[in-house]
Amino acid sequence: MSSTLSKIEKRTAYTLLLPAVCLVFAIILFPIFANVWISFKEVGLKDIRIPEPRAKKIVKNIQDNNSELKIIYKLRNSSLIQDIREVRFSDKLPKNIDPVNLDKRCEFKSQKVKCFFGDWEAGYRENFEIFVKDVNNNNINSKDIESSKPNLSGKSNNILLTTDFTLKNFKNVFINNNFFELLMTTFYFTFFGTLGAILLGIFAAQLVNQKFYGRSFMRSILLFPYVGPVVALAYTWTLLLDPNSGTINTLLVSYGIIEKPINLLGQKYLIFNILGLDLKLRLALTTVIFFEIWRYFPLAFLFILARLQAIPKDLYEAADVDGAGPFKKFFYITLPQITAILSILFMIRFIWNFNKFEDIFLLTGGASGTLTLPISVYQQGFAVSNIGMGSAVSIVIVLLLITFMIIYFRLIGKKANEI
Amino acid sequence: MKFKSLIITIFASSIFLSTIICIWTIMATLQGLNFTSLNFNLNLLLSIGLIIISIFIGNKFNHLLKIFILSLLFTILYTFLIESSPLWFPAGIFLLILFFTNKLKKYDLKYLNQDFISEKIVFEFLSLFAIIFFALVILFPFYIMFVTSFKTQTALLINPLDLSIDFSKNIFEIFKSYFVIFKTYDFGRYILTSSYVSVGTVLITLLFSIPAAYAIARLNFFGKTFLSTSILIIYMFPAIVLVIPLYTVFSQLGLRNSIEGLLIVYTATTLPVAIYMLQGYFRSIPKEIEEAGLIDGQNWFGIIIKIIIPLSLPAIASVSLYVFMIAWNEFLFSLMFLDNPKTFTLSRAINHLTGDAETPRQYLMAGSVIVTLPILLIFVYFEKYLVSGLTAGSVKG
Repeated sequence: MSSTLSKIEKRTAYTLLLPAVCLVFAIILFPIFANVWISFKEVGLKDIRIPEPRAKKIVKNIQDNNSELKIIYKLRNSSLIQDIREVRFSDKLPKNIDPVNLDKRCEFKSQKVKCFFGDWEAGYRENFEIFVKDVNNNNINSKDIESSKPNLSGKSNNILLTTDFTLKNFKNVFINNNFFELLMTTFYFTFFGTLGAILLGIFAAQLVNQKFYGRSFMRSILLFPYVGPVVALAYTWTLLLDPNSGTINTLLVSYGIIEKPINLLGQKYLIFNILGLDLKLRLALTTVIFFEIWRYFPLAFLFILARLQAIPKDLYEAADVDGAGPFKKFFYITLPQITAILSILFMIRFIWNFNKFEDIFLLTGGASGTLTLPISVYQQGFAVSNIGMGSAVSIVIVLLLITFMIIYFRLIGKKANEI
Repeated sequence: MKFKSLIITIFASSIFLSTIICIWTIMATLQGLNFTSLNFNLNLLLSIGLIIISIFIGNKFNHLLKIFILSLLFTILYTFLIESSPLWFPAGIFLLILFFTNKLKKYDLKYLNQDFISEKIVFEFLSLFAIIFFALVILFPFYIMFVTSFKTQTALLINPLDLSIDFSKNIFEIFKSYFVIFKTYDFGRYILTSSYVSVGTVLITLLFSIPAAYAIARLNFFGKTFLSTSILIIYMFPAIVLVIPLYTVFSQLGLRNSIEGLLIVYTATTLPVAIYMLQGYFRSIPKEIEEAGLIDGQNWFGIIIKIIIPLSLPAIASVSLYVFMIAWNEFLFSLMFLDNPKTFTLSRAINHLTGDAETPRQYLMAGSVIVTLPILLIFVYFEKYLVSGLTAGSVKG
C-alpha cells in the first residue's frame, strides 16, 4: 500500500516538475553545452541563416482579353554562400484554369503545378514563367491566381550540424587578442565594483538602521537605481557625463573648477601628477565602475540592512552602559555581526559583476579600455560576426564561473545555510 | 574636553551648512541662474560665524526668535556678498538656514560639556551628510532625466544648464517631446509590447513554477536534493553565455523578432529564482492543512489550486512583481533577438533611438521617463512585496 502511494507521489512530482525542467534545460543548459560545440567551429554570423528557396509571384496580362495570363515566379536562393539541393516547387491554380506549354521540369495534376528544379547554387536566380488559360475562355480574375502562394522546399547543409572542428577560435582568444589585458580589465571592474557596492551598502544600511525623519522615504529611494531600467539610467548618465554639453562637465567648467571638460566615458587614461610622479588612472573604466557601484549598492544595502535589523538590541544597550560611542559600537558590535553576510555577499556579487554586460555596453560599448569578457563575447559574435569566437569567449567565462562557484561552495557554502 | 567638542561641532556643522548651500546653488544654476562660482570659502566663513553665535547664545533667548533673526541676518549678508539673483534664491537659503539652526537647537555650551560627546557629534553630522549624499546621488540623475524631457532642442543649445520648465507655454508645447515620441517614434506600440511581454512572462513563470516548487517543497522523489541545489547553480549562469547558441538556434527556427521567442527566454531565465522563492514559502505552510485536503479527496491539482495558492498569495505577489521587473527592464535578449522595429520592447526602442546620433536628447529622455516611470510607481506602491522579492533574488542582478 505504502509503496504504491510513494509511487503515485513520485509520478506526481515528476509530472509537476517536467514543464519547468524541460524549459530550463532547453533555454539554459542546452545553450551552455551548445557553446562548447560552436566554439570548436568556424562559423560566422552569415553562415547560420539556413538557405531557403524563395519565390515572388507576379501575374501579368498578355492579351487584351483576360482569358490568358502569364504568371512570373522570381525564384532565388536566399543564401549567397550555400547551395540548395533538390528544390521542389508546387503551386495551386484555380478551377478551370490550366497551364499552357508547361515547362519540362513541371507537371500538372489535380489543379496543382509541381516542379522539380534540381540543385541551385549559391545566389541562384531565375524568372520562371507559366502561361495559363481559362478552359472556357472566360476572363480570369488575376486576384484568384495571386491568392495562392507557391510552396518551395529543398535540402541544404546546416553548417552548425557538420562535424568539422577547429581549434582556431581558442587560439585566437588566448594568443591574438590580448587576452591578459582583457582578463585584467574584467577583474579590475569586478573587484572594485563589488567592493565599492558593498562599502556603500554598509553606509546606507547603517544610515537607514537609525531613526530619523524621512527614513522610509530614504529606504525607498535607495533602491531606485537598481529598480530603474538599465537602458534609461545608462543613457541618463551618459548625458550627464557628456563632454560637450553634459550637465556635470558644464557645471564644473562654469564654476571654474576644471578648465576643460573631461570626457569621463571616452578617455582611456587620465594622467596626473602627484609629488613629481606621473600617475595613470584608467578613467573610462573608473567611471564605469562608479556607475556599477551606483546601480548595484542597493542590493548590498538590502542584504546588510536585513542582517543589521536582526542584531539583538541588548548588545547596543550594554555598550551604552559601558559608555561606548557610535564608532566603537560599529566596529566592535555591528561589524563582527555582519562579516559572515559580507563575505557571502562579496562572493555572490563578484560572480554577478563578473558577468555584467548591459552596463558597460550601454555606457561605452567596450571602448576606451573598458572591454571585459562579456562585452568581448558580443563584440566577437556580433560586431566582428564571428559566432565561433564569441562562443569560445563564452566558454572561458563559463570555466571561470565554475571555478568561482567551487571556491564559493568550498569557502562559504556551509556557512550560507546557517544564515 | 569642552574645547575639543566645540571645535569639532563648529568644523563639522559649518562644512555641512556650506555643502547644503552649495547644493542649493547648483540646483539654482540648473534653473537658469548664472553663477560663476560656488563661493564655498565665503560660505564656510559665514557659516562658522553663524554657528559660533548660535552656540554661544544657546537657550538664553526665545528659540524661534533666535533662529529667525540669525537666518535673516545670514541671508542678507550672503546675498549682499554674492552676485545678484532673483528673490527665490535667497528665500531658499533662508529656509535652509532656518532648518539648520533648528537642528542646532540642542548644541549649547552645556550639551558640549558632556562626556564622550565629540564622537557622537561627528556621527550625527556624518549621518546628515550621508542623507544628503545618498539623496543627491540617487535622485539627481532621475531629476535630470525628468526635466530634460521637457526642454526643447534650441533651449538646450543656448544654455545646457538651464533645465527649468517654462510654464508660460501651453500644455502641448511643454509635453512636446512626449507627443513626438508617441507619434513619430511609435512608442505606444512599444509600451504595449513591453507590457504584453512582462505580464506574459509573469503568468507563464507562475504556471510553471508553482507546480515545480510544490513538488520540491512537499513531495519525495528520486533526485530531489540534486534538483534543489542545482536550481541555484543554474541561476548563476548569466545571460551572456546563453546568447550566442540561443541566437543561432532562434535564427534557424525563425523565433527571432517574435514575442513568443522572447517570452520563452524570459520565462526560462526567471524560473529558477521563482521556484527557489516559492518552495521556501510553501515549506512554511503547515502540512496538516494539505493532509486535511487529502482526506477530503482532493488530488494534487486540487490541493495546489484550493489550498496552496490561496495561502501563499504574498509570496506569489513577490515573485510576480520581481519577475515583472526583470522582464520589463531586460535588455540583452531584446537587443539580440529583436531587430524589426515592429517587435521592439521599450528598452530596445530606446537603444534604437540612440543608434541615430541625430536624435535630440529630450526625446531620448522622454523615452527614458516612459520606461522608468511605470516600474518606479509599481515599486513605490508595492514596495513591501518587491523588497522581499529583491532580497531573495539579489543573488542575481
